[in-house]
Amino acid sequence: MVSFSSKLFRTLLVCGFAVTVSSVDAQDRPPVDPAKVDALIQGMFTRVSPEWRARAVLDDTQRACTERRNQVSGAEADAIQARERASVVLPPDGNFLGDWRKGFQVANNGRGLQFSDPAGTVAGGNCYACHQMSPKEVSYGTLGPSLAGYGRERNYDPELIRDAYIKIFNAQAAVACSNMPRFGSSKVLTIDQIKDVLAYLFDRQSPVNQP
Amino acid sequence: MSRMRGILALVAAAATCAGIAGTMAQTQDESEREIERYRAMINDPMANPGYLAVDRGEVLWAQARGTKAVSLETCDLGEGPGKLEGAYAKLPRYFADADRVMDLEQRLLWCMEKIQGLDTADVIRRRFSGPGRASDMEDLVAFIANKSNGTRIEPQTAHAREREMLAMGEALFYRRAGAMDFSCATCHAEPGKRIRLQGLPDFSTPGKQAQETMGSWPTYRVSQSALRTMQHRLWDCFRQQRWPEPAYASDGLTALQMFLNVQAAGGEITVPSIKR
Ligand code: HEC
Ligand code: HEC
Repeated sequence: MVSFSSKLFRTLLVCGFAVTVSSVDAQDRPPVDPAKVDALIQGMFTRVSPEWRARAVLDDTQRACTERRNQVSGAEADAIQARERASVVLPPDGNFLGDWRKGFQVANNGRGLQFSDPAGTVAGGNCYACHQMSPKEVSYGTLGPSLAGYGRERNYDPELIRDAYIKIFNAQAAVACSNMPRFGSSKVLTIDQIKDVLAYLFDRQSPVNQP
Repeated sequence: MSRMRGILALVAAAATCAGIAGTMAQTQDESEREIERYRAMINDPMANPGYLAVDRGEVLWAQARGTKAVSLETCDLGEGPGKLEGAYAKLPRYFADADRVMDLEQRLLWCMEKIQGLDTADVIRRRFSGPGRASDMEDLVAFIANKSNGTRIEPQTAHAREREMLAMGEALFYRRAGAMDFSCATCHAEPGKRIRLQGLPDFSTPGKQAQETMGSWPTYRVSQSALRTMQHRLWDCFRQQRWPEPAYASDGLTALQMFLNVQAAGGEITVPSIKR
Protein backbone atom coordinates (compact mmCIF):
# COMPACT_ATOMS: atom_id res chain seq x y z
CA MET A 1 0.00 0.00 0.00
CA VAL A 2 1.24 3.44 -0.85
CA SER A 3 2.10 5.52 2.18
CA PHE A 4 -0.85 7.77 2.24
CA SER A 5 -0.03 9.38 5.53
CA SER A 6 3.36 10.56 4.36
CA LYS A 7 2.10 11.77 1.02
CA LEU A 8 -0.71 13.47 2.73
CA PHE A 9 1.75 14.92 5.13
CA ARG A 10 3.83 16.39 2.34
CA THR A 11 0.67 17.67 0.79
CA LEU A 12 -0.27 19.41 3.99
CA LEU A 13 3.12 21.11 3.79
CA VAL A 14 2.65 21.95 0.12
CA CYS A 15 -0.77 23.27 0.85
CA GLY A 16 0.89 25.55 3.35
CA PHE A 17 -0.50 24.90 6.77
CA ALA A 18 0.79 27.83 8.78
CA VAL A 19 1.77 27.08 12.34
CA THR A 20 3.56 29.32 14.76
CA VAL A 21 6.74 28.17 16.42
CA SER A 22 7.40 29.11 19.99
CA SER A 23 10.72 27.42 20.39
CA VAL A 24 12.40 26.38 23.59
CA ASP A 25 15.86 27.88 23.85
CA ALA A 26 19.00 25.81 23.82
CA GLN A 27 19.88 26.99 27.32
CA ASP A 28 16.83 25.07 28.51
CA ARG A 29 18.83 21.93 27.82
CA PRO A 30 21.55 21.57 30.44
CA PRO A 31 24.51 19.34 29.60
CA VAL A 32 23.55 15.77 30.40
CA ASP A 33 25.40 13.45 32.68
CA PRO A 34 26.20 10.42 30.47
CA ALA A 35 25.85 8.10 33.45
CA LYS A 36 22.27 9.33 33.93
CA VAL A 37 21.45 8.72 30.29
CA ASP A 38 22.89 5.21 30.55
CA ALA A 39 20.78 4.58 33.66
CA LEU A 40 17.67 5.94 31.96
CA ILE A 41 18.20 3.59 29.05
CA GLN A 42 18.94 0.57 31.20
CA GLY A 43 15.66 1.33 32.97
CA MET A 44 13.80 0.78 29.72
CA PHE A 45 15.20 -2.72 29.25
CA THR A 46 14.93 -4.31 32.67
CA ARG A 47 12.51 -6.94 31.38
CA VAL A 48 14.46 -8.15 28.35
CA SER A 49 16.95 -11.01 28.15
CA PRO A 50 20.62 -10.32 28.91
CA GLU A 51 21.41 -10.98 25.27
CA TRP A 52 18.99 -8.27 24.17
CA ARG A 53 20.14 -5.91 26.91
CA ALA A 54 23.69 -6.23 25.57
CA ARG A 55 22.55 -4.77 22.26
CA ALA A 56 21.80 -1.48 23.99
CA VAL A 57 25.40 -1.19 25.17
CA LEU A 58 27.50 0.99 22.88
CA ASP A 59 30.80 -0.17 21.41
CA ASP A 60 33.62 2.35 20.96
CA THR A 61 32.51 3.37 17.48
CA GLN A 62 28.87 3.80 18.45
CA ARG A 63 29.97 5.84 21.47
CA ALA A 64 32.17 8.15 19.37
CA CYS A 65 29.50 8.65 16.69
CA THR A 66 26.85 9.27 19.35
CA GLU A 67 28.95 11.83 21.20
CA ARG A 68 29.82 13.69 17.99
CA ARG A 69 26.44 13.18 16.35
CA ASN A 70 28.35 11.60 13.46
CA GLN A 71 30.48 14.74 12.91
CA VAL A 72 33.85 13.27 13.87
CA SER A 73 37.15 15.10 13.30
CA GLY A 74 39.69 13.83 10.78
CA ALA A 75 41.78 12.08 13.42
CA GLU A 76 38.73 10.46 15.03
CA ALA A 77 37.50 9.32 11.64
CA ASP A 78 40.89 7.76 10.86
CA ALA A 79 40.86 5.88 14.16
CA ILE A 80 37.32 4.59 13.58
CA GLN A 81 38.03 3.50 10.02
CA ALA A 82 41.24 1.70 11.00
CA ARG A 83 39.46 -0.13 13.82
CA GLU A 84 36.49 -1.10 11.64
CA ARG A 85 38.70 -2.14 8.73
CA ALA A 86 40.51 -4.54 11.07
CA SER A 87 37.26 -6.44 11.65
CA VAL A 88 36.61 -7.12 7.96
CA VAL A 89 36.95 -10.77 6.91
CA LEU A 90 37.54 -11.29 3.19
CA PRO A 91 36.03 -14.40 1.51
CA PRO A 92 38.28 -17.37 2.37
CA ASP A 93 38.08 -18.71 -1.21
CA GLY A 94 39.06 -15.34 -2.71
CA ASN A 95 35.81 -15.35 -4.66
CA PHE A 96 33.80 -12.15 -4.17
CA LEU A 97 30.72 -12.71 -6.30
CA GLY A 98 27.91 -15.07 -5.32
CA ASP A 99 24.47 -15.56 -6.87
CA TRP A 100 22.70 -12.33 -7.81
CA ARG A 101 19.25 -13.96 -7.51
CA LYS A 102 19.90 -14.82 -3.89
CA GLY A 103 21.41 -11.36 -3.56
CA PHE A 104 18.09 -9.86 -4.55
CA GLN A 105 16.45 -11.74 -1.66
CA VAL A 106 19.02 -10.31 0.73
CA ALA A 107 18.51 -6.78 -0.59
CA ASN A 108 14.73 -7.09 -0.46
CA ASN A 109 14.40 -8.74 2.95
CA GLY A 110 13.76 -6.41 5.88
CA ARG A 111 13.28 -9.11 8.47
CA GLY A 112 15.59 -10.03 11.29
CA LEU A 113 16.92 -8.60 14.54
CA GLN A 114 13.64 -6.97 15.51
CA PHE A 115 12.31 -7.91 18.93
CA SER A 116 9.15 -9.15 17.24
CA ASP A 117 11.03 -11.66 15.06
CA PRO A 118 10.74 -15.34 16.03
CA ALA A 119 14.02 -16.90 17.14
CA GLY A 120 16.07 -18.19 14.23
CA THR A 121 14.75 -15.65 11.71
CA VAL A 122 17.32 -15.21 8.94
CA ALA A 123 18.12 -11.52 8.70
CA GLY A 124 18.14 -9.68 5.39
CA GLY A 125 20.19 -6.64 4.43
CA ASN A 126 17.13 -4.55 3.60
CA CYS A 127 19.22 -2.51 1.18
CA TYR A 128 16.04 -1.37 -0.60
CA ALA A 129 14.93 0.42 2.57
CA CYS A 130 17.70 2.94 1.90
CA HIS A 131 18.89 2.52 -1.71
CA GLN A 132 17.54 2.47 -5.23
CA MET A 133 18.99 -0.66 -6.88
CA SER A 134 17.15 -2.16 -9.86
CA PRO A 135 15.79 0.79 -11.86
CA LYS A 136 12.57 -1.23 -12.31
CA GLU A 137 11.79 -1.38 -8.59
CA VAL A 138 9.70 1.62 -7.54
CA SER A 139 9.59 0.90 -3.81
CA TYR A 140 12.97 2.07 -2.56
CA GLY A 141 14.16 4.41 0.17
CA THR A 142 16.41 7.43 -0.05
CA LEU A 143 18.50 7.39 3.12
CA GLY A 144 21.45 6.19 1.00
CA PRO A 145 22.55 7.05 -2.57
CA SER A 146 21.11 5.29 -5.62
CA LEU A 147 22.97 2.12 -6.57
CA ALA A 148 21.21 1.69 -9.93
CA GLY A 149 23.70 0.61 -12.60
CA TYR A 150 26.35 0.22 -9.89
CA GLY A 151 28.51 -2.49 -11.50
CA ARG A 152 28.01 -1.29 -15.07
CA GLU A 153 29.05 2.24 -14.16
CA ARG A 154 32.22 0.80 -12.62
CA ASN A 155 33.03 -1.40 -15.60
CA TYR A 156 32.78 -4.43 -13.28
CA ASP A 157 36.28 -3.52 -12.06
CA PRO A 158 37.61 -6.26 -9.69
CA GLU A 159 39.24 -3.71 -7.43
CA LEU A 160 35.97 -1.85 -6.99
CA ILE A 161 34.20 -5.16 -6.34
CA ARG A 162 36.62 -5.72 -3.48
CA ASP A 163 36.02 -2.16 -2.19
CA ALA A 164 32.27 -2.71 -2.28
CA TYR A 165 32.63 -6.00 -0.40
CA ILE A 166 34.51 -4.17 2.35
CA LYS A 167 31.89 -1.39 2.28
CA ILE A 168 29.06 -3.85 2.85
CA PHE A 169 30.97 -5.91 5.39
CA ASN A 170 31.69 -2.75 7.36
CA ALA A 171 30.40 0.57 6.03
CA GLN A 172 32.50 2.44 8.57
CA ALA A 173 35.76 0.98 7.31
CA ALA A 174 35.27 3.46 4.46
CA VAL A 175 33.15 6.23 6.00
CA ALA A 176 33.37 6.81 9.76
CA CYS A 177 29.94 7.16 11.38
CA SER A 178 28.14 6.19 8.17
CA ASN A 179 24.42 5.66 8.70
CA MET A 180 24.72 2.31 6.95
CA PRO A 181 24.90 -0.79 9.19
CA ARG A 182 28.17 -2.73 9.52
CA PHE A 183 26.56 -5.86 8.12
CA GLY A 184 29.45 -8.32 8.34
CA SER A 185 31.18 -7.12 11.49
CA SER A 186 27.86 -6.90 13.35
CA LYS A 187 26.94 -10.40 12.18
CA VAL A 188 23.73 -9.28 10.51
CA LEU A 189 24.78 -10.95 7.24
CA THR A 190 27.07 -13.92 6.57
CA ILE A 191 29.98 -13.80 4.14
CA ASP A 192 27.89 -15.79 1.66
CA GLN A 193 24.98 -13.36 1.90
CA ILE A 194 27.37 -10.46 1.31
CA LYS A 195 28.81 -12.21 -1.75
CA ASP A 196 25.28 -12.73 -3.07
CA VAL A 197 24.27 -9.11 -2.58
CA LEU A 198 27.57 -8.04 -4.14
CA ALA A 199 26.67 -10.13 -7.19
CA TYR A 200 23.34 -8.31 -7.27
CA LEU A 201 25.36 -5.08 -7.64
CA PHE A 202 28.09 -6.42 -9.95
CA ASP A 203 26.75 -9.32 -12.03
CA ARG A 204 26.20 -8.27 -15.63
CA GLN A 205 22.90 -10.21 -15.64
CA SER A 206 21.59 -8.52 -12.50
CA PRO A 207 18.57 -6.21 -12.91
CA VAL A 208 20.68 -3.54 -11.18
CA ASN A 209 22.80 -3.30 -14.32
CA GLN A 210 19.95 -3.40 -16.85
CA PRO A 211 18.52 -0.15 -18.17
CA MET B 1 -21.79 1.60 7.63
CA SER B 2 -21.68 5.38 7.33
CA ARG B 3 -18.48 5.23 9.30
CA MET B 4 -16.90 2.91 6.71
CA ARG B 5 -18.03 5.19 3.89
CA GLY B 6 -16.46 8.05 5.77
CA ILE B 7 -13.13 6.30 5.89
CA LEU B 8 -13.25 5.45 2.21
CA ALA B 9 -14.06 9.05 1.43
CA LEU B 10 -11.19 10.13 3.62
CA VAL B 11 -8.75 7.84 1.85
CA ALA B 12 -10.03 9.10 -1.47
CA ALA B 13 -9.66 12.69 -0.35
CA ALA B 14 -6.17 12.04 0.87
CA ALA B 15 -5.19 10.25 -2.32
CA THR B 16 -6.62 13.03 -4.44
CA CYS B 17 -4.77 15.67 -2.55
CA ALA B 18 -1.55 13.65 -2.63
CA GLY B 19 -2.03 13.29 -6.37
CA ILE B 20 -2.26 17.02 -6.61
CA ALA B 21 0.97 17.41 -4.71
CA GLY B 22 2.66 14.93 -7.02
CA THR B 23 1.59 16.30 -10.36
CA MET B 24 0.78 19.90 -9.56
CA ALA B 25 -1.81 19.49 -12.30
CA GLN B 26 -4.49 21.25 -10.36
CA THR B 27 -4.64 24.60 -8.76
CA GLN B 28 -3.72 25.54 -5.23
CA ASP B 29 -7.38 26.40 -4.66
CA GLU B 30 -8.49 22.89 -5.41
CA SER B 31 -5.90 21.29 -3.17
CA GLU B 32 -6.84 23.62 -0.39
CA ARG B 33 -10.44 22.53 -0.80
CA GLU B 34 -9.32 18.90 -0.53
CA ILE B 35 -7.39 19.65 2.62
CA GLU B 36 -10.41 21.38 4.05
CA ARG B 37 -12.49 18.32 3.26
CA TYR B 38 -9.88 16.14 4.93
CA ARG B 39 -9.82 18.33 8.00
CA ALA B 40 -13.59 18.31 8.20
CA MET B 41 -13.48 14.56 7.91
CA ILE B 42 -11.07 13.95 10.76
CA ASN B 43 -13.09 16.33 12.86
CA ASP B 44 -16.23 14.40 12.08
CA PRO B 45 -16.85 11.95 14.91
CA MET B 46 -18.93 9.78 12.58
CA ALA B 47 -16.13 9.24 10.06
CA ASN B 48 -13.22 8.47 12.37
CA PRO B 49 -13.36 5.23 14.39
CA GLY B 50 -10.89 6.81 16.82
CA TYR B 51 -13.88 8.55 18.32
CA LEU B 52 -15.21 5.21 19.53
CA ALA B 53 -12.11 5.10 21.73
CA VAL B 54 -12.85 8.64 22.90
CA ASP B 55 -16.33 7.54 23.95
CA ARG B 56 -15.05 4.45 25.75
CA GLY B 57 -12.41 6.56 27.47
CA GLU B 58 -15.05 8.96 28.75
CA VAL B 59 -16.87 6.08 30.37
CA LEU B 60 -13.68 4.67 31.90
CA TRP B 61 -12.70 8.06 33.29
CA ALA B 62 -15.95 8.28 35.25
CA GLN B 63 -16.15 4.63 36.27
CA ALA B 64 -15.59 3.66 39.93
CA ARG B 65 -12.85 1.00 40.02
CA GLY B 66 -10.10 -0.38 42.23
CA THR B 67 -10.06 -1.25 45.91
CA LYS B 68 -11.24 2.28 46.70
CA ALA B 69 -14.12 2.04 44.23
CA VAL B 70 -13.72 5.58 42.96
CA SER B 71 -13.39 7.10 39.51
CA LEU B 72 -10.40 8.91 38.03
CA GLU B 73 -12.25 12.21 38.14
CA THR B 74 -10.01 13.67 40.85
CA CYS B 75 -6.82 12.74 39.00
CA ASP B 76 -4.61 15.79 38.50
CA LEU B 77 -3.06 15.78 35.03
CA GLY B 78 -1.17 18.98 35.78
CA GLU B 79 -3.90 21.58 35.44
CA GLY B 80 -5.68 20.72 38.67
CA PRO B 81 -7.75 17.72 39.85
CA GLY B 82 -10.14 16.55 37.17
CA LYS B 83 -9.26 19.40 34.81
CA LEU B 84 -8.83 17.94 31.35
CA GLU B 85 -9.03 20.91 28.98
CA GLY B 86 -5.55 21.66 27.61
CA ALA B 87 -3.84 19.22 29.99
CA TYR B 88 -2.46 16.98 27.24
CA ALA B 89 -0.81 19.94 25.46
CA LYS B 90 1.51 20.42 28.45
CA LEU B 91 2.54 16.81 29.02
CA PRO B 92 5.02 15.37 29.85
CA ARG B 93 5.58 17.59 32.92
CA TYR B 94 6.86 17.47 36.48
CA PHE B 95 4.45 16.30 39.23
CA ALA B 96 5.47 17.24 42.74
CA ASP B 97 3.29 14.57 44.40
CA ALA B 98 5.15 11.81 42.53
CA ASP B 99 8.42 13.76 42.31
CA ARG B 100 8.72 12.65 38.70
CA VAL B 101 8.35 13.96 35.17
CA MET B 102 5.50 11.95 33.66
CA ASP B 103 3.78 11.57 30.33
CA LEU B 104 0.02 11.06 30.19
CA GLU B 105 0.21 7.28 30.34
CA GLN B 106 2.57 7.23 33.32
CA ARG B 107 0.36 9.74 35.08
CA LEU B 108 -2.79 7.73 34.45
CA LEU B 109 -1.16 4.60 35.84
CA TRP B 110 -0.10 6.61 38.88
CA CYS B 111 -3.66 7.88 39.44
CA MET B 112 -5.07 4.38 39.02
CA GLU B 113 -2.75 3.08 41.70
CA LYS B 114 -2.91 6.00 44.15
CA ILE B 115 -6.47 7.21 43.74
CA GLN B 116 -8.34 4.08 42.73
CA GLY B 117 -6.16 1.45 44.39
CA LEU B 118 -6.32 -0.39 41.08
CA ASP B 119 -3.92 -3.23 40.33
CA THR B 120 -2.49 -1.98 37.05
CA ALA B 121 -0.92 -5.28 36.00
CA ASP B 122 -3.96 -6.13 33.89
CA VAL B 123 -4.17 -2.59 32.48
CA ILE B 124 -0.52 -2.81 31.45
CA ARG B 125 -1.06 -6.24 29.92
CA ARG B 126 -3.72 -4.64 27.72
CA ARG B 127 -1.60 -1.52 27.00
CA PHE B 128 -1.98 -2.07 23.25
CA SER B 129 -5.34 -3.27 21.98
CA GLY B 130 -5.68 -6.27 19.69
CA PRO B 131 -8.50 -8.27 18.19
CA GLY B 132 -10.98 -8.87 21.00
CA ARG B 133 -8.80 -7.09 23.55
CA ALA B 134 -9.65 -3.48 24.38
CA SER B 135 -7.04 -1.18 25.90
CA ASP B 136 -8.05 1.08 28.77
CA MET B 137 -4.95 3.17 28.19
CA GLU B 138 -5.64 3.77 24.51
CA ASP B 139 -9.23 4.71 25.29
CA LEU B 140 -8.36 7.03 28.17
CA VAL B 141 -5.61 8.75 26.18
CA ALA B 142 -7.97 9.27 23.24
CA PHE B 143 -10.58 10.84 25.52
CA ILE B 144 -8.14 13.05 27.43
CA ALA B 145 -6.01 14.17 24.47
CA ASN B 146 -9.17 15.06 22.57
CA LYS B 147 -9.92 17.59 25.32
CA SER B 148 -6.86 19.54 24.14
CA ASN B 149 -8.09 19.91 20.58
CA GLY B 150 -7.51 23.40 19.24
CA THR B 151 -4.80 24.12 21.81
CA ARG B 152 -1.11 24.24 20.93
CA ILE B 153 1.69 22.02 22.16
CA GLU B 154 3.29 23.82 25.09
CA PRO B 155 6.29 21.91 26.45
CA GLN B 156 7.00 22.55 30.12
CA THR B 157 10.60 23.45 30.92
CA ALA B 158 10.33 25.66 34.02
CA HIS B 159 11.31 22.87 36.42
CA ALA B 160 14.91 21.66 36.51
CA ARG B 161 13.75 18.04 36.29
CA GLU B 162 11.83 18.88 33.11
CA ARG B 163 14.92 20.44 31.57
CA GLU B 164 16.96 17.42 32.55
CA MET B 165 14.38 15.10 30.97
CA LEU B 166 14.47 17.17 27.80
CA ALA B 167 18.26 17.02 27.62
CA MET B 168 18.20 13.25 28.16
CA GLY B 169 15.53 12.86 25.49
CA GLU B 170 17.68 14.74 23.04
CA ALA B 171 20.70 12.59 23.91
CA LEU B 172 18.59 9.48 23.43
CA PHE B 173 17.39 10.71 20.02
CA TYR B 174 20.98 10.76 18.73
CA ARG B 175 22.18 7.61 20.46
CA ARG B 176 23.40 4.90 18.09
CA ALA B 177 23.15 1.31 19.25
CA GLY B 178 21.92 -2.14 18.34
CA ALA B 179 23.05 -4.55 15.66
CA MET B 180 22.36 -1.99 12.95
CA ASP B 181 23.86 1.08 14.67
CA PHE B 182 20.55 2.96 14.31
CA SER B 183 19.42 5.99 16.29
CA CYS B 184 16.18 7.91 15.90
CA ALA B 185 18.29 10.40 13.95
CA THR B 186 19.23 7.75 11.36
CA CYS B 187 15.67 7.92 10.11
CA HIS B 188 14.36 11.26 11.39
CA ALA B 189 17.07 13.89 11.05
CA GLU B 190 16.88 14.99 7.42
CA PRO B 191 13.95 16.43 5.52
CA GLY B 192 12.44 14.60 2.56
CA LYS B 193 13.86 11.13 3.22
CA ARG B 194 12.00 7.83 2.82
CA ILE B 195 12.25 4.21 3.91
CA ARG B 196 10.93 2.29 0.92
CA LEU B 197 7.90 4.47 0.11
CA GLN B 198 7.25 5.75 3.62
CA GLY B 199 8.07 9.38 4.17
CA LEU B 200 10.11 10.05 7.31
CA PRO B 201 9.38 13.18 9.33
CA ASP B 202 12.46 15.19 10.32
CA PHE B 203 12.50 15.88 14.06
CA SER B 204 16.02 17.30 14.24
CA THR B 205 14.85 20.86 13.70
CA PRO B 206 11.89 22.46 15.48
CA GLY B 207 8.99 23.30 13.24
CA LYS B 208 6.26 22.07 10.95
CA GLN B 209 7.19 18.40 10.56
CA ALA B 210 7.42 17.84 14.30
CA GLN B 211 4.31 19.96 14.89
CA GLU B 212 2.21 18.09 12.33
CA THR B 213 3.36 14.79 13.80
CA MET B 214 3.04 15.43 17.50
CA GLY B 215 -0.22 17.35 17.06
CA SER B 216 -1.77 14.28 15.40
CA TRP B 217 -1.19 11.62 18.09
CA PRO B 218 -3.09 9.67 19.40
CA THR B 219 -4.28 8.49 16.03
CA TYR B 220 -6.56 5.85 14.57
CA ARG B 221 -4.32 3.62 12.46
CA VAL B 222 -6.29 2.21 9.58
CA SER B 223 -3.66 -0.51 8.93
CA GLN B 224 -4.03 -1.77 12.51
CA SER B 225 -7.73 -1.00 12.99
CA ALA B 226 -6.81 0.50 16.34
CA LEU B 227 -6.40 3.76 18.18
CA ARG B 228 -2.70 4.13 18.97
CA THR B 229 -0.86 6.40 21.38
CA MET B 230 2.68 7.79 21.20
CA GLN B 231 3.81 4.93 23.47
CA HIS B 232 2.86 2.51 20.70
CA ARG B 233 4.50 4.59 17.96
CA LEU B 234 7.78 4.72 19.89
CA TRP B 235 7.56 1.00 20.69
CA ASP B 236 7.24 0.35 16.95
CA CYS B 237 10.19 2.62 16.14
CA PHE B 238 12.36 0.81 18.71
CA ARG B 239 11.49 -2.37 16.87
CA GLN B 240 12.52 -0.87 13.53
CA GLN B 241 15.62 0.46 15.22
CA ARG B 242 16.57 -3.12 16.15
CA TRP B 243 16.82 -2.06 19.77
CA PRO B 244 15.44 -4.16 22.66
CA GLU B 245 11.75 -3.85 23.43
CA PRO B 246 11.27 -0.78 25.63
CA ALA B 247 9.20 -1.24 28.79
CA TYR B 248 5.80 0.40 28.54
CA ALA B 249 5.62 3.78 30.29
CA SER B 250 9.34 3.76 31.12
CA ASP B 251 11.14 7.05 31.66
CA GLY B 252 13.21 6.84 28.47
CA LEU B 253 10.02 7.04 26.41
CA THR B 254 8.93 10.07 28.43
CA ALA B 255 12.28 11.73 27.76
CA LEU B 256 11.87 11.15 24.02
CA GLN B 257 8.36 12.60 24.10
CA MET B 258 9.66 15.63 25.96
CA PHE B 259 12.24 16.23 23.24
CA LEU B 260 9.77 15.62 20.40
CA ASN B 261 7.24 18.00 21.95
CA VAL B 262 9.88 20.70 22.29
CA GLN B 263 10.60 20.31 18.57
CA ALA B 264 6.83 20.47 18.04
CA ALA B 265 6.14 23.48 20.29
CA GLY B 266 3.27 25.55 18.97
CA GLY B 267 1.79 22.73 16.90
CA GLU B 268 -1.98 22.52 16.99
CA ILE B 269 -3.51 19.41 18.54
CA THR B 270 -6.22 17.75 16.42
CA VAL B 271 -6.86 14.28 17.76
CA PRO B 272 -7.62 11.51 17.40
CA SER B 273 -6.37 11.86 13.84
CA ILE B 274 -6.49 9.05 11.35
CA LYS B 275 -3.43 7.61 9.62
CA ARG B 276 -2.22 4.80 7.46
C1 HEC C 1 19.99 2.52 7.01
C2 HEC C 1 20.39 2.85 5.69
C3 HEC C 1 21.18 1.92 4.82
C4 HEC C 1 21.04 0.56 4.60
C5 HEC C 1 20.01 -0.37 5.22
C6 HEC C 1 22.00 0.21 3.61
N1 HEC C 1 22.75 1.30 3.26
FE1 HEC C 1 24.25 1.37 1.87
N2 HEC C 1 24.57 3.34 2.29
C7 HEC C 1 23.82 4.10 3.17
C8 HEC C 1 24.35 5.45 3.20
C9 HEC C 1 23.81 6.61 4.05
C10 HEC C 1 25.44 5.48 2.32
C11 HEC C 1 26.33 6.70 1.96
C12 HEC C 1 27.34 6.97 3.03
C13 HEC C 1 28.42 5.94 3.02
O1 HEC C 1 29.06 5.73 1.98
O2 HEC C 1 28.63 5.32 4.05
C14 HEC C 1 25.55 4.14 1.77
C15 HEC C 1 26.51 3.74 0.83
C16 HEC C 1 26.55 2.51 0.21
C17 HEC C 1 27.51 2.12 -0.83
C18 HEC C 1 28.60 3.01 -1.38
C19 HEC C 1 28.06 3.83 -2.51
C20 HEC C 1 29.18 4.59 -3.20
O3 HEC C 1 29.37 5.74 -2.86
O4 HEC C 1 29.85 4.00 -4.05
C21 HEC C 1 27.21 0.83 -1.19
C22 HEC C 1 27.91 -0.02 -2.26
C23 HEC C 1 26.09 0.40 -0.38
N3 HEC C 1 25.71 1.45 0.45
C24 HEC C 1 25.50 -0.85 -0.45
C25 HEC C 1 24.51 -1.30 0.44
C26 HEC C 1 24.02 -2.66 0.45
C27 HEC C 1 24.43 -3.76 -0.53
C28 HEC C 1 23.11 -2.74 1.46
C29 HEC C 1 22.34 -3.92 1.98
C30 HEC C 1 23.04 -5.14 2.25
C31 HEC C 1 23.01 -1.41 2.05
N4 HEC C 1 23.88 -0.58 1.41
C32 HEC C 1 22.17 -1.08 3.10
C33 HEC C 1 22.74 3.67 3.92
C34 HEC C 1 22.28 2.37 3.99
C1 HEC D 1 14.86 2.33 10.86
C2 HEC D 1 14.00 3.45 10.74
C3 HEC D 1 13.44 4.19 11.94
C4 HEC D 1 14.04 4.45 13.15
C5 HEC D 1 15.43 4.07 13.61
C6 HEC D 1 13.08 5.22 13.90
N1 HEC D 1 11.94 5.41 13.18
FE1 HEC D 1 10.35 6.57 13.70
N2 HEC D 1 9.39 6.05 11.97
C7 HEC D 1 9.91 5.22 10.99
C8 HEC D 1 8.89 4.96 10.01
C9 HEC D 1 9.06 4.10 8.76
C10 HEC D 1 7.74 5.68 10.42
C11 HEC D 1 6.37 5.70 9.76
C12 HEC D 1 6.19 6.76 8.75
C13 HEC D 1 4.83 6.61 8.11
O1 HEC D 1 4.00 5.87 8.63
O2 HEC D 1 4.62 7.22 7.09
C14 HEC D 1 8.10 6.36 11.65
C15 HEC D 1 7.24 7.19 12.36
C16 HEC D 1 7.58 7.87 13.52
C17 HEC D 1 6.71 8.80 14.21
C18 HEC D 1 5.29 9.17 13.80
C19 HEC D 1 5.30 9.97 12.52
C20 HEC D 1 3.92 10.45 12.10
O3 HEC D 1 3.85 11.12 11.07
O4 HEC D 1 2.93 10.18 12.74
C21 HEC D 1 7.40 9.25 15.31
C22 HEC D 1 6.92 10.25 16.34
C23 HEC D 1 8.69 8.59 15.29
N3 HEC D 1 8.77 7.78 14.20
C24 HEC D 1 9.68 8.77 16.25
C25 HEC D 1 10.85 8.01 16.32
C26 HEC D 1 11.77 8.03 17.45
C27 HEC D 1 11.64 8.91 18.68
C28 HEC D 1 12.75 7.12 17.19
C29 HEC D 1 13.86 6.65 18.06
C30 HEC D 1 13.53 6.09 19.32
C31 HEC D 1 12.47 6.58 15.86
N4 HEC D 1 11.30 7.12 15.39
C32 HEC D 1 13.29 5.68 15.20
C33 HEC D 1 11.19 4.72 10.94
C34 HEC D 1 12.12 4.78 11.97
